[in-house]
Amino acid sequence: MKPSQRQTTPLDLGALRARLQAEQGQQYWRSLEEVAATREFAEFLYREFPHQAAEWHDPVSRRRFLQLMGASLALAGLSACSRQPEEHIMPYVRAPEEMVPGKPLFFATALPLGGIANGVLAESHMGRPTKIEGNPEHPASLGATDVFAQAAVLSLYDPDRSQVVSNAGRISTWSAFLTAISAALETQRLKKGAGLRVLTETVTSLTLAAQFEALRTTFPLAAWHQYEPVTRDTARAGARLALGEEVNTIYHFDKADVILALEADFLSPGPGSLRYARDFTAKRQVRAGHTAMNRLYVIESTPSLTGAMADHCLPLRPSMIAAFARAVARELGAIAAHDMPSEMPEPQAPWVRAVVRDLQQHRQTSVVLVGEQQPPVVHALAHAVNHALGNVGNTVVYTAPVEAQPVDHLESLDALVRDIEAGKVDMLVMLGGNPVYTAPANLHFSEWLSKVKLRVHLGLYEDETSALCHWHIPEAHALEAWSDARAYDGTVSIMQPLIAPLYGGKSAHELLAALLGQPERSGYAIVRDYWQSQHHGENFERFWRTALHDGLVPDTALPHRETKSPSVPTLAGEQPAAAPQGLELIFRPDPTVWDGRFANNGWLQELPKPLTKLTWDNAALLSPATAERLGLRNEEVVELRYQGRTVRAPVWLLPGQADEAVTIHLGYGRWRAGKVGTGTGFNAYALRTSEAPWFGSGLEIHPTGERYALATTQHHHSMEGRHLVRVGTLEHFLAQPHFVHDMAHMPAPELTLYPQHAYEGSAWGMAIDLNACIGCNACTIACQAENNIPIVGKTEVARGREMHWLRIDRYYKGTLDNPETYHQVVLCMHCENAPCEVVCPVAATVHSSEGLNDMVYNRCVGTRYCSNNCPYKVRRFNFLQYADDQTPSLKALRNPNVTVRTRGVMEKCTYCVQRINVARIEAEKENRHIRDGDVVTACQAACPTGAIVFGNINDPHSRVARLRGEPLHYSLLAELNTRPRTTYLAKLRNPNPALTPPQEHG
Amino acid sequence: MAQIFRPSTNTFARLSIFGAVFLLAVLAWVVLAVNRSPYVTEAGVVRRQPVPFSHKHHVSGIGIDCRYCHTSVEESAVAGIPPTKTCMNCHTQIWAESPMLEPVRTSLRTDTSLAWVRVHDLPDFVYFDHSIHVQKGMGCVTCHGRVDEMPLMWRQQSLLMEWCLACHREPERFVRPRAFVFSMDWKPSEDQLTLGRKLVQEYHIAKRTSCSVCHR
Repeated sequence: MKPSQRQTTPLDLGALRARLQAEQGQQYWRSLEEVAATREFAEFLYREFPHQAAEWHDPVSRRRFLQLMGASLALAGLSACSRQPEEHIMPYVRAPEEMVPGKPLFFATALPLGGIANGVLAESHMGRPTKIEGNPEHPASLGATDVFAQAAVLSLYDPDRSQVVSNAGRISTWSAFLTAISAALETQRLKKGAGLRVLTETVTSLTLAAQFEALRTTFPLAAWHQYEPVTRDTARAGARLALGEEVNTIYHFDKADVILALEADFLSPGPGSLRYARDFTAKRQVRAGHTAMNRLYVIESTPSLTGAMADHCLPLRPSMIAAFARAVARELGAIAAHDMPSEMPEPQAPWVRAVVRDLQQHRQTSVVLVGEQQPPVVHALAHAVNHALGNVGNTVVYTAPVEAQPVDHLESLDALVRDIEAGKVDMLVMLGGNPVYTAPANLHFSEWLSKVKLRVHLGLYEDETSALCHWHIPEAHALEAWSDARAYDGTVSIMQPLIAPLYGGKSAHELLAALLGQPERSGYAIVRDYWQSQHHGENFERFWRTALHDGLVPDTALPHRETKSPSVPTLAGEQPAAAPQGLELIFRPDPTVWDGRFANNGWLQELPKPLTKLTWDNAALLSPATAERLGLRNEEVVELRYQGRTVRAPVWLLPGQADEAVTIHLGYGRWRAGKVGTGTGFNAYALRTSEAPWFGSGLEIHPTGERYALATTQHHHSMEGRHLVRVGTLEHFLAQPHFVHDMAHMPAPELTLYPQHAYEGSAWGMAIDLNACIGCNACTIACQAENNIPIVGKTEVARGREMHWLRIDRYYKGTLDNPETYHQVVLCMHCENAPCEVVCPVAATVHSSEGLNDMVYNRCVGTRYCSNNCPYKVRRFNFLQYADDQTPSLKALRNPNVTVRTRGVMEKCTYCVQRINVARIEAEKENRHIRDGDVVTACQAACPTGAIVFGNINDPHSRVARLRGEPLHYSLLAELNTRPRTTYLAKLRNPNPALTPPQEHG
Repeated sequence: MAQIFRPSTNTFARLSIFGAVFLLAVLAWVVLAVNRSPYVTEAGVVRRQPVPFSHKHHVSGIGIDCRYCHTSVEESAVAGIPPTKTCMNCHTQIWAESPMLEPVRTSLRTDTSLAWVRVHDLPDFVYFDHSIHVQKGMGCVTCHGRVDEMPLMWRQQSLLMEWCLACHREPERFVRPRAFVFSMDWKPSEDQLTLGRKLVQEYHIAKRTSCSVCHR
């Protein structure tokens, strides 16, 4: 960890509190620094480019400078004389069917995370997958995607992926591997597989499960273990506890009016999250004639996307949540009254009363759900409460587990380690996963691993685990291999490859087949044969083709299951949770690199994390009050000591974090991730034990006095003006439907010196519904993938030079300790009176006939005047050659319909003009107008909640035109009379009057 | 002391001022002329190809339609270069042994593409779409020239932006009835401008000159 060079002003949190108090919570703020009005914040606010952002900071010697100058002068002179180089066209020898050069094809497949699949459509240009879209017919996707699906194409083309079979670090071959393991397998055959162990991550693939059955026939004593760090173990244990059986719980938010989420972040990536987000936000849309809203209560220790959407959010230490759940359960009669001896302390007591009353009024239309980070007993309580409220069968349904073999992952790994310890394991085959890095620290997995005589690892990267293995086999990426997987509701998708393995990778199916003595069987044959064996109807070919085309196998969603009525173990003399002493440590999967598997994905690394807005790093998240008590400030490096283990981590103050609880995200601090991921952040796994996989108390924090610079984008592109994000309550809206309009003065359109444009055909516009936006970032990555947007690296981000065309601004309102959180997607506004257009000296940014604010890269000379004049700060400048035009595999990644920008060129959102042009050409070929919905921008397509609507505002029947007529509609910085085409619908909250102190609305 | 400058110096001074202006104008003209010359635009430069394929022979000699080889011209942005298989549809029967066609046979045998040299090479920041131009009644000949008279291909037009814009501003000067788009020798039976104006109306041709129509 390098000490930071940057000096920042220390914040006086007491003064901040006083200031927020004085403003009576009416003010929206982006960060603590903004409230404190520090110099650093002013820098980002008043200057488009922060101080010296335009300068070359890296140390350059005089000699190097002269070399560079000389070279650039020579090149500048020569380039003017160069002629276009000769290009070749390489046609097919035999053209494949259905391939039309220049037209993309879409193939339905699925991308699993933690074994649970989301259906996607992969866009393929001449055989190259370049972009992932959601599969509208898939129940988990409904056409939307999450950040991980969007970034999958970059992982596919990652030049750091392992490219050869290696044996003890030396290049080898697949056939050498087969020879090498054949002797070991023969020995195992004689021992009935007693020394053979296979370790996988969560498996929902029916084909793989069938292969394991076959393995069990050949090697009856072999064992299959499963381990991955982020699982639903606690939920399964809770179901066993309450219902006596393993179930998969599915929530129907489309029927839920009151939702209580106990540390359950159902809007962040996880099983069914896209579907849940869609159903949840659909019940919050307030439109003309429809004024009902659901209500969400969230109790959480670490601010999450779900907490930010909550109508009421209560930060609570994780160990206290069980007591809260028990209190709610008791009040609702779900458990016996004597089970909760003492009253809840303040401030939880009024919460319990209010929540309980609300739930009671919404029997059968409420949901109580619990996050996988909470212990099984809390899950059991939720089952009991849902049962007592009559929600089961309505908003909550149970099915059989989606996993092929549901096991407790920690127990499974522990059993494996104990077997190794006992000398029972001769051969360990790891199909994916990276247990050396992700295993709990107390299992000492890496030390035990080296006791196994033959270790084989199948992985996308030569990572921490493969470094300790005899054999490493490059794994085929999910877009390169045949497989199948189940979605959150059990729906099976057959995954088809979009491209032949780039580096001869093998799938888990193929490696398992090799263990079964069939190394020549292709993944295609394995998957197809399995499905053929399961098919009972006549025409298998027809079934197979339909399943592949649709991206799902019909009627495979698991049937609802009746369960016995839940029972919750009583406290049985245990002391109920008195406030625990000492600091608590909380572990969370990282919102962008997850458990570390995406650490080498630059798009995800540079994606600002939804709430902290940190990039390229994780941090120890503390509440402002706890930091104040400990005398810590942002970016200060502390030593976290937990159960005799220590890591050093930078501190980050996060408003809304529970007091006395420190959250650290998994997935960082990897030492063999690749060029991008190695050395970012600190390793939270070093503190994680199998006893406390999600939280535990007894953490000590010791300041080191060092500082570590974190790159956060929370101040970047700050706008100055009033009412940027507009929020009201449902009650207020019903009383005064036009309160949003009245918040700002709208100048008359003719009050301008700019020439007026007439739009005869289409006039493109976009409306963003802040009430539906959950801040998930899918749009940002979708835009990055669609528009060939480069990443710039941590140092450049710290200078405010990140290139995302679409950013999500996060605003707080209220106190430091429990603020309301709001997200606002900001992209180019495509102003009708665009301030950028008039200042460009070379006409590189001009108005199109359809009202787009065109950016012409080949004209741009990089004066950056446009950017300086943009009040929304949505223009991005290529200060350096950010786009990697050298790495061959990354060339295949690019969208061929969008120019790759070079250094010295300004860029910004184009409203996906390439998609508009395609739609226009298709419409004109058919001699018709472009229909509403023909143009779907990349961000719109990815959005799980449909918060972004794009279309023709000249057509009064288009969705966007109708939204522009809604009373909640407003323009950002309307007082400047820029007349943006991108506009917003204000956010409404639906607070419970019992929990809201009466206040003035502003 | 004698005068340094004689009265005639005035004339020289005037001449040199005018001369300088003239010189600058000439320089500017030269630069523009060079930019538009085939030296830069490579218009009219015959390309050597791996196989000396003659459009003249195949189009005017045999009468093969453009779309037999350039199959996607009506539906996609790119017209498409035929796969080796298309050549061999005929050349397994005719000229099956010709040494000139050896690269084609090798391509089929070894499953490697023929590397044709691109003749019409737009800059990479230009996104041209064949299908819409064909649909709106732009003849192949308008941009590609009389291909049926080219033994080896060359670029007929400069492909400069001003050349694109000439038509995007005044499509009536170039548009032709859809039925004759693929015709090599179509001539308007009436006045082109009269016909053009009619067709612009009929085909709903918009004069698209916004930057993002081609650049993005």
